[in-house]
Amino acid sequence: MLHIINKSPQERNSLESCLRVAQDGGTLLLIEDAVYAATRGNAAAAKLREAQSRFKVCVLQADLEARGMADHLIDGVTTVDYGGFVDLAAQHKNCQSWL
Amino acid sequence: MEGIVKKFMFINRKAPYGTIYALESLEVVLISAAFDQDVSLAFVDDGVYQLKKGQQTKGIETKNFSPTYRALDGYDIEKLYVEQESLEARGLTEEDLLVDVTVLSRKEMGEMMEQQDVLLSF
Amino acid sequence: MATIEVDGKSYETDEEGYLIDLSTWNEEVGKYIATTESLELSEQHWEVINFLRDYYNEFQIAPAVRVLTKAIGKKLGADKGNSQYLYELFPYGPAKQACKIAGLPKPTGCV
Repeated sequence: MLHIINKSPQERNSLESCLRVAQDGGTLLLIEDAVYAATRGNAAAAKLREAQSRFKVCVLQADLEARGMADHLIDGVTTVDYGGFVDLAAQHKNCQSWL
Repeated sequence: MEGIVKKFMFINRKAPYGTIYALESLEVVLISAAFDQDVSLAFVDDGVYQLKKGQQTKGIETKNFSPTYRALDGYDIEKLYVEQESLEARGLTEEDLLVDVTVLSRKEMGEMMEQQDVLLSF
Repeated sequence: MATIEVDGKSYETDEEGYLIDLSTWNEEVGKYIATTESLELSEQHWEVINFLRDYYNEFQIAPAVRVLTKAIGKKLGADKGNSQYLYELFPYGPAKQACKIAGLPKPTGCV
């Protein structure tokens, strides 16, 4: 399954909910304000580490750059462009947006 | 009303592009500058992200309004306060910010808020 | 929405005549907008127009008139950084009218 999160980890509990409920495997895509979860020094680092052990973790490049956080991206997180976003949606059987 | 100067503080708690709050706050701040009041801006929680250096919004086709924070000085808005704990919880330091600010501890920020006549929340 | 024609090209403006896409601006467009405001642009006008464009590029806003006056004074001298000088150049308001000619949006907070 493709899991999409678009809220900052310090603003909403979407990442937590996803980690609590989601089955291992599949991909976690962070977009919009959720990209902050994949930046160094964020208080959600432990959750991100857990996510990396259970899913492939991706961030949308345009959202990361818009927020000036490309220089803070955590190692092992894959950046994808809009085409890559579409590919991920196509590659997975289903998709859950943790709004 | 003339001659009465009140202390206005804009409290910014949201990241810049996920919602409209940050931009709306900035516009109200610029307008408020015309009223010759004692205006300050506070950045706490995800609001500190508004001041992050290096924002490049071409990819999301949204206006990059971060350079406008550097114009505030020319509007005589010189008091920008950032909460230390909020920076730390996001892996940021003062060097990551695109404008000169005063970094306050959580306690100092609370005291600063207490001194205001009007708090505007964004 | 309205359009203006300059040198066979059309440019979109809002109902007050401000350019919609400021990246399409060029000096000819500026001159054309000035004629619609019954202004003939002198070197002194261009000094202010270019100042405004530089200001916008740096800060992504059109300055309020008070801020413009102060900033012009800093950059071009006190004899130009006063509202009398600027209103003589742009009778309908240095911020409002000069911004329109410079292809910038109306200054924030300007009614």
